[in-house]
Amino acid sequence: MPQDPIGAGSGVPEVVPEGAGGLAVAGTGGGPLPEWTPYTVTGGAAALIALLLAATGSFSIVLMFVLTVVISLPVIYVWSRIAEGPRRALDRLATLSIVAAFGIAVAPLISLLYEVIKRGTARFDSAFFTESARGVVGAGGGAEHAIVGTLVITGVATLISVPIGIMGAIYLNEYGTGRLRRALTFFVDVMTGIPSIVAGLFAYAAFAVFLGPGIRLGIIGSVALSVLMIPIVIRTSEEILKIVPNHLREAAYALGTPKWKTVTRIVLPTALAGLVTGVMLSIARVIGETAPLLVTTGVVDSLNTDPVSGRMQNLAVYAYTEYKNPGVMKQAAYDRAWAAALTLIAIVMILSLIARFIYRRFGTEIR
Amino acid sequence: MEAHTDTTTQAGQILAGASGGSRRLGDRIFSNAATIAAVTILALLAGVAIFLIVKSIPAVTASAADLPEGKTLVDYIAPLAFGTVLAATLATIVAVPLAVAVALFISHIAPRRIALTLAYIVDLLAAIPSIVYGLWGIFVLGPAFVGVLNWLADNLGFIPFFTGPASVTGRTMLVAGLVLAVMILPIVSAVAREVFSQTPRRLEEGALALGATRWEMIRMTVLPFGRSAMISGTMLGLGRALGETMAVTIILSVSGVVSFDLVSQSNPTPIAANIALNFPESSGVAVNALIASGLVLFAITLVVNMIARVVIARQNLQ
Amino acid sequence: MPETGTEPRTTSGGPRSQATRLPDVNTQQKDKRGTHIERGAKRFELKDLNLFYGDFQAVQNISMTIEPNQVTALIGSSGCGKTTVLRSLNRMHELNPGARVEGHVLLDDTDIYSRDIDPVEVRRLVGMVFQAPNPFPTMSVYENAAAGLSLNRKGLTKSEKDEIVERSLRGAHLWDEVKDRLDKPGSGLSGGQQQRLCIARAIAVEPEVLLMDEPCSALDPVATLAIEDLIAELKGRYTIAIVTHNMQQAARASDVTAFLNLEESGKPGRLVEIGPTETIFTRPSEKATEDYVSGRFG
Repeated sequence: MPQDPIGAGSGVPEVVPEGAGGLAVAGTGGGPLPEWTPYTVTGGAAALIALLLAATGSFSIVLMFVLTVVISLPVIYVWSRIAEGPRRALDRLATLSIVAAFGIAVAPLISLLYEVIKRGTARFDSAFFTESARGVVGAGGGAEHAIVGTLVITGVATLISVPIGIMGAIYLNEYGTGRLRRALTFFVDVMTGIPSIVAGLFAYAAFAVFLGPGIRLGIIGSVALSVLMIPIVIRTSEEILKIVPNHLREAAYALGTPKWKTVTRIVLPTALAGLVTGVMLSIARVIGETAPLLVTTGVVDSLNTDPVSGRMQNLAVYAYTEYKNPGVMKQAAYDRAWAAALTLIAIVMILSLIARFIYRRFGTEIR
Repeated sequence: MEAHTDTTTQAGQILAGASGGSRRLGDRIFSNAATIAAVTILALLAGVAIFLIVKSIPAVTASAADLPEGKTLVDYIAPLAFGTVLAATLATIVAVPLAVAVALFISHIAPRRIALTLAYIVDLLAAIPSIVYGLWGIFVLGPAFVGVLNWLADNLGFIPFFTGPASVTGRTMLVAGLVLAVMILPIVSAVAREVFSQTPRRLEEGALALGATRWEMIRMTVLPFGRSAMISGTMLGLGRALGETMAVTIILSVSGVVSFDLVSQSNPTPIAANIALNFPESSGVAVNALIASGLVLFAITLVVNMIARVVIARQNLQ
Repeated sequence: MPETGTEPRTTSGGPRSQATRLPDVNTQQKDKRGTHIERGAKRFELKDLNLFYGDFQAVQNISMTIEPNQVTALIGSSGCGKTTVLRSLNRMHELNPGARVEGHVLLDDTDIYSRDIDPVEVRRLVGMVFQAPNPFPTMSVYENAAAGLSLNRKGLTKSEKDEIVERSLRGAHLWDEVKDRLDKPGSGLSGGQQQRLCIARAIAVEPEVLLMDEPCSALDPVATLAIEDLIAELKGRYTIAIVTHNMQQAARASDVTAFLNLEESGKPGRLVEIGPTETIFTRPSEKATEDYVSGRFG
């Protein structure tokens, strides 16, 4: 099975398709009930229920789905049990329940994407992207300051995290031995579980010790994001470095190349596509974070591009504050919030797609 | 390893010239840099704990009168911790069975050709920022669930979870818990799926050769094989749910009560939501108290995550 | 990684037999719904069997019989399709991606690939022991031996189950070695013991046929001989087909030998010759057979 270097356990979207193989046995065949039985029963039940609900005026998709599952599953089970015996019936019931569970899991995704697109496009205009909120009361205004802020804060965080993270991965994979290595591996995994708001509090606390309380700067947010990014960069980079075949290193050593040159001239370039992918995925993961920025960068309405001076707005916090403090014209504020949400999702999706594309296109040596 | 090179021969001269000097220096610099990076990362983790502790101390030493709500620090944090644990536990209870089912679906039931696509779709759930989940929860899911909440309060009100009266906006612990469940489902599912698809084929065939149906084969081989993955995945999901902030902050209508009522307007406040709501406007000792609560949250998630990783490590050794 | 098996040409439809209690070996099993596989069925007849993996044809036009109370060995060089043929006898072949079956496999006059036969039922009547021992790791010795029972025979009392487990373990020549450690994990046994446990597991459900795919290739010589002794005893009650690439084993342990061969690599395997073992090894009719058994190739 192909290795999945981009660990799924951290909640990071995968890059390398993992082997999805278990023995896929045809499960519901081989019984006297025709192949199409589950479909007709479920479809029929759904249609009936839809009609009933519409007739009584209380139609809702959720209710229809729930009732269809609740009714058609027992029906199929009982029918199968009579016609085919208890083991077959249980097999059918289990299969259908699992399929229903998958539907339940995917439904929120569909609903969410639908709603974000529907509500977010209300303000997906050029003003949204080119104007800030400065002086805006009520309708109009935009999120330019938030977008720029997001880029600056995340950019600085990347600048901090990438060198540390990749060097950490190099340590783990190429140099590390003994207790330091074991400790690092264990605690990096633990670090992936730090709540984002705790990372924000830490960054605030660290800066407050030196600069006094109440401090709000863009760079503090970047430090908070780095705490979240570094473990992801390390994990993905380490997996990528592991995949670089050992015979490449050995060929270099056999030519008399010192280790540090082997790493920098052979291993890293070979792994470059994968490393870039890992970095992009870690960016995608933190770019939507609100909580750590809420407590570190503050809220401001105008454009600020200097991370070390003054408060800086960003998309995630912007969406939150537009919702929380909508002001006089609520709907306008909500529209802006949804537009910011849509922008965030779009950025995350684009980053993930580009990351996958890079891996597929350029990562040939390490697959 | 220092060998004496014979510098009377030409080969010896080359070797002697090369083994000192720049090559070893380069190696040393680089390897030290790598080690420094490793140490820095561990220091960072320690730093998180240290700075949080330092900034919490004023709250620990302050008297109840100075603290928010006039309570002692313990009385202040305890209800918040209750809220965190309640929300996260609810989310985990809902998410884990669903996640295992989804993992089984992708690894054993769905047609092979679309299984990868389906896996990607489920993982998309993990990529959505939590603030978007929050907006969705409060504008879409909450209102959609008002009917369900009413039904629960009216018909199952004798159960302490559904006492009610039902909220009219849907901003309840039940809805927040469900949104959290959706957020942690991809994590649990990915861990489970990874292991389910690695069930050795010879075990699966062994079960089938005995005349097992597909579900029986799954029960006999896949699920036992994936048991510790399911446990570690559950703990990872729980850890994530404990620390999740924005979705809960937005959705939940909080009032700091300690109650198991899932359908009413007044709900416990989780630690993270409390911080998010109060931090921007707080000053002085209140800030320290919030940081202290964050420290407690950190400790809780640390324990849960460490247990999860230990379970994973134990399984990898088998 | 294993992938899906596309369904062979048989699909469901029509009445079929249920998995029910196992009566005495020689009585007929009639059930409410028509087509049944008779109990006491023991003879396999392969008619013009062609087996495919997708477009690749693995074996071509195999026609032979496997008689009851005998050990039939399938021999041939690697890749000639003997395991493929074996796995088609209990409908495990169709679990492979794109696998296809053409022709007929008759278990005492019932075509096991016909539309109204349930593959699960077939697999219960035709047991299989695999190349590498595969006891279920999370189950104890007792639970492993009883694994098939808990599927096929619900409602057995504890003492009935105990009796069947003991009978199967004795039948596999394993009882004395494990009777004091029935609740220990199955994976804690030695390789030879594990394989005998798998045999016990297979015979506990009282199949009619036992298929064995190179059952000794992962075992040491002492364990191998123990299994061969066991096979000699089991053939009194079952029909046994065994795939082996070890010619000495085929000569020792089987009554009938079938030799499969490839003309050249890339071509499907064919049945070259089948006959009493002694004849095949001493006076084979085909040159290819003679070349193979005298070690000139393979």
